[in-house]
Amino acid sequence: MPRLYGGRDTHHHVQRILTAPVMKAKIIITPKKAVLDPQGKTVQSALEHMGYAGIAGVHVGKYLEIDLNGGDKESTRRQLDEACHRFLSNPVIEDYRLEIE
Amino acid sequence: MNFAVLQFPASNRDQDALHVLSNVFGHTARFVWHKESSLGDADAVIVPGGFSYGDYLRCGAIARFSPVMQAVKQFADNGGPVLGICNGFQILTEAGLLPGALIRNRSLQFRCEYVFLKAATADSPFTNQIPGEKLLRVPIAHGEGCYFADPDTIAKLKANHQILWQYVNAQGGLASGANPNGSLENIAGVCNERRNVAGLMPHPENACEAIVGGTDGRLIFDSLIAWFKNKGAAKAA
Repeated sequence: MPRLYGGRDTHHHVQRILTAPVMKAKIIITPKKAVLDPQGKTVQSALEHMGYAGIAGVHVGKYLEIDLNGGDKESTRRQLDEACHRFLSNPVIEDYRLEIE
Repeated sequence: MNFAVLQFPASNRDQDALHVLSNVFGHTARFVWHKESSLGDADAVIVPGGFSYGDYLRCGAIARFSPVMQAVKQFADNGGPVLGICNGFQILTEAGLLPGALIRNRSLQFRCEYVFLKAATADSPFTNQIPGEKLLRVPIAHGEGCYFADPDTIAKLKANHQILWQYVNAQGGLASGANPNGSLENIAGVCNERRNVAGLMPHPENACEAIVGGTDGRLIFDSLIAWFKNKGAAKAA
């Protein structure tokens, strides 16, 4: 779309700040316990070699933060839960935890 | 035979697959861009290797939602043969067209080397021309090729003879030392229950010409071509 005048982008920018995310979703994805986690094992043995004691296990996963524009919290949760299942995690090898705040 | 070779952003063995299919085997092969929603008159689909979408999130996780994959799903549902190689295998598991998942190599190393494979069954469009005792010497190049599935799935794969290729040593034995990535059951490739969709981590397309180090990979394409020919003959009869 052609930009008609220079002020347009600035206007949008300001609007974006004003409508800054009011909710945030935090998604923690970890390998299932039954799945081999060579990264976790390697980090664990490195920690042990460094002298940190009392470590029973390390699991390396992913953390995603999603900024949300607000809306109904329950329907947002349902949608994100679906997205976690279909796309953001792979249920064959991963578990996830979804938090919305 | 008409082959469709898919292209995603950061596919990188697409050219190799197209070259081999058209110049070594003399068949028709064309690229199909990931944004296309039709496979045209394809008789078979190759999902090539590479690092589609930068391997972001998980290998193959983003590619599976591209428009062309909807067409591939439909093609597979209609019984059309689909072969995923390396990243293509990862894409097909993410898409749910093949069981299991491919995770980080047990060694954490990116492994780029020759391996030996053995076909565990000749009963598939992708293995019918591979003699039972033949060892295929083909290259691998991957960091996330460790095949994983839960025990029930593994049992089902075995019962249905869906394990197509396994990593073996130079004597043809299923030794753990011959397993380059920690795959369960030394699995290098599997097929779906209907047997028309298969995936493998090694690169048969890079082992079809003596000048690049070997021709054992041809047997996999030979199988697919023979299967298609027989299917056509059966139809005509």
